[in-house]
Amino acid sequence: MSKNFAKRQVLPGFGITMGYTVTYLSLIVLVPLAALFLKSAGLGWADFWKAVSGPRVVASYKLTFGASLVAAAVNAVFGFVVAWTLVRYQFPGKRIIDAMIDLPFALPTAVSGIALTAVYSSHGWFGQYLEPLGIKVAYTPLGITLALVFIGLPFVVRTLQPALADLERESEEAAASLGANRFQTFTRVIIPTILPALLTGFALSLARAIGEYGSVVFISGNMPMRTEITSLLIISKLEQYDTAGAAAISVVMLTVSFGLLLAINLLQHFAGRRFQGAL
Amino acid sequence: MKSISSFSAFTLLLALLPLVGGCGSSTAANKSGAPAAASSASGSKTPVTLLNVSYDPTRELYEEFNSDFAKHYQEETGTPVTIEQSHGGAGKQARAVIDGLKADVVTLAIAYDIDQIAELTGLFPKDWQKRLDNNSCPYTSTIVFLVRAGNPKQIKDWDDLVRDGVEVITPNPKTSGGARYNYLGAWGYALKKFGNDEQKARDFVKKLYEHVPVLGSGARDSTTTFVQREQGDVLITWENEALLALKELGAEKFEIVVPSVSILAEPPVTVVDKNAAAHGAQEVAEAYLKYLYSPAGQRLAAKHFYRPSLKEQADPEDLKRFAEIEMFNVDEVFGGWPEAQAKHFNDGGIFDVIQEEIASSK
Repeated sequence: MSKNFAKRQVLPGFGITMGYTVTYLSLIVLVPLAALFLKSAGLGWADFWKAVSGPRVVASYKLTFGASLVAAAVNAVFGFVVAWTLVRYQFPGKRIIDAMIDLPFALPTAVSGIALTAVYSSHGWFGQYLEPLGIKVAYTPLGITLALVFIGLPFVVRTLQPALADLERESEEAAASLGANRFQTFTRVIIPTILPALLTGFALSLARAIGEYGSVVFISGNMPMRTEITSLLIISKLEQYDTAGAAAISVVMLTVSFGLLLAINLLQHFAGRRFQGAL
Repeated sequence: MKSISSFSAFTLLLALLPLVGGCGSSTAANKSGAPAAASSASGSKTPVTLLNVSYDPTRELYEEFNSDFAKHYQEETGTPVTIEQSHGGAGKQARAVIDGLKADVVTLAIAYDIDQIAELTGLFPKDWQKRLDNNSCPYTSTIVFLVRAGNPKQIKDWDDLVRDGVEVITPNPKTSGGARYNYLGAWGYALKKFGNDEQKARDFVKKLYEHVPVLGSGARDSTTTFVQREQGDVLITWENEALLALKELGAEKFEIVVPSVSILAEPPVTVVDKNAAAHGAQEVAEAYLKYLYSPAGQRLAAKHFYRPSLKEQADPEDLKRFAEIEMFNVDEVFGGWPEAQAKHFNDGGIFDVIQEEIASSK
C-alpha cells in the first residue's frame, strides 16, 4: 500500500478523496455508532453488565450467533455450487436464475419471513410433509437458520461469481496433466484461488444474518430462552423505553460482530498471501 | 434521555443499522383522504393539516372518521382540514412522537405509551387522561377468544385455555402493547376465581403461557399465525380484532367465545398541545377529539367494532355485536399502568420470570 502512495492515480487529489471518505464515513457510520456507544455509556458498568448478561440475553446471543454461523456455512457450501453452476455451464433460463439470486436483497424482509413461514409451518406446502417425520421448521431454531440462509445466499454467490469467472481453466488442465486427480485439483487449485472471495461472501452473509430482524421474527415464534433472537430483545427493550439497555445490547453485538469480521479479514489476508506465496 | 436531539441521533442510528432494519417499515405514514376538504377548499380561511398518530387496528375507523370530520369542520367553521394518518405498533408510534414526529393528536392502544410521551417530552401535561370524558377513551374494547368453527376444543372460559392439549396463540406482551391486556385479563380472571390470591393467579398465568407455542411480535402477527398458519386452538385477542377477523375471513370459519369475565381495554386519545399549537392547530385538534364523542363519531366507532363509550349515540344494530360481559379495568385491579408495567412487563418482571421458569422446565 505505502508504495502506491506517491504513484499517479487516475483520479487526482489524494487529499480530496481521503477527505471525502472520512467525512462520508463519519456522517453515516462513525457518528451514529459513536452515539450508540455514548447512549450505553450512560448506564454505568454495573447496569451495563446487568443489561447484557441476563440469562435471556445470553440465550439469545447463542441462538443469534449460532444460527448465523450455521447459515453462513451452509451458504458458503451451497452458494459455491450455485455460483459454479452459473459460471461454468450454459443452459436455457440461466439469465433468469442469475437474476433470481438477487431477489432476497430486493424483497422486504418481512415478506420473506411470512412466505417462508407459510411454506414451512405445520400446514404449509412442505411443512405438512416434514411434520410427520418429526421435523419442525417454523417456530424452531431450524426455521431461524432457514430464514438466515435465505437472506444471506446472494452475498456468497455474488462474491464468488467473479472469482470463479477469473479462474483459468488452464490451471486446472495443468494440474491434471501433472497427475492431480479431480479431488486434488479441487482442494489444491480451485479452493485456494477462490478462498479470499469465499471468505468475503461468508463474512458478509454472517454479518447480515447477525443483524437480521424482519424475516426472522415471523418464523421464529419468539419464545424466550428458545427462539428469541437478540434483535428482538433490543426491540423489546425499546418497547419499555429502555433506550440505554437496548443500546448496551447493541454494543455487545457490534463488538462481537466486529471481532468476527476482523478475524475473517485477517484469515482472508493470510489465505491470500499463502496462495500468492504458492505461486 | 436528556434531549430530543440525542434521541433523534439514536433513531437515525437505528434506521441505519441493519440490526433493527425491520422495525422502521411499520411506521410509514400514509396520507388518508379528506377529499371533501380538498375539493371544496374555496373558503377564505387558511387550510389546516392535522397529523393523527395511531396504532394498527384503527386504520379503517380513522379512514372513515377523518373524511367525516373534515366535512363537518368545514361546514361549522369554514376552515378546510386535511388529516394525515400514521399507523404502526403502539409502542413504536409513541417512540416516533418522542423522537420528534410532529403528531397533533395521538390515539394509541394503552395509556402507558401516552404517559411515556408526556413524561419524556413534556409536550402535554401529565394529567392528560383527565381532559376528556371516560378516561379520555371515546371507545373501548375487551379481550375475547377466537376459536375455529364449531369450537372443537369446547373452549368456554379462561379455565379451558389451560386444559391439556389446548394450544393458545397470543402475542408477546413485551413487544405488543395490546397483548398486555391479554395477560392482565388472564391474571384478573384468576384473581377473581381464587379470591385475590396473587400466588394462585401467577400460577394460572404461568400455566397459560405453557400452552403458548408461538409468541407473535404483534397483534396482527399472532392473528396471521392463528388464521393463516392454522397454529393453535384459540387466539386471545381484542374484541374489535376478532370481529374484524370474522368480517374479513368469513363467519363460517371462526367463532368468537366471550369469557365469563374479561378486562376493559381502554385505548385513549389526547392532543399533543405543543405540537398542535406550533402550527395553529390546537383548536382543530381539540374539535377533532371531541367529534369522536359526538353521535357521528360514536356511530363510526361502533361500526368499526369498538364499544362506544356513549352507547345511546350508536346504531343499535351495531351494538348487538357486543356481548354483555363483566369487565374489570387496569386501574381497579392493577393500580394503573405504571404499576402494572413495572411489576409484570419490565425486564425482570413477572412475565420474564415466568418465561424463564417455563424454559428451564422444558
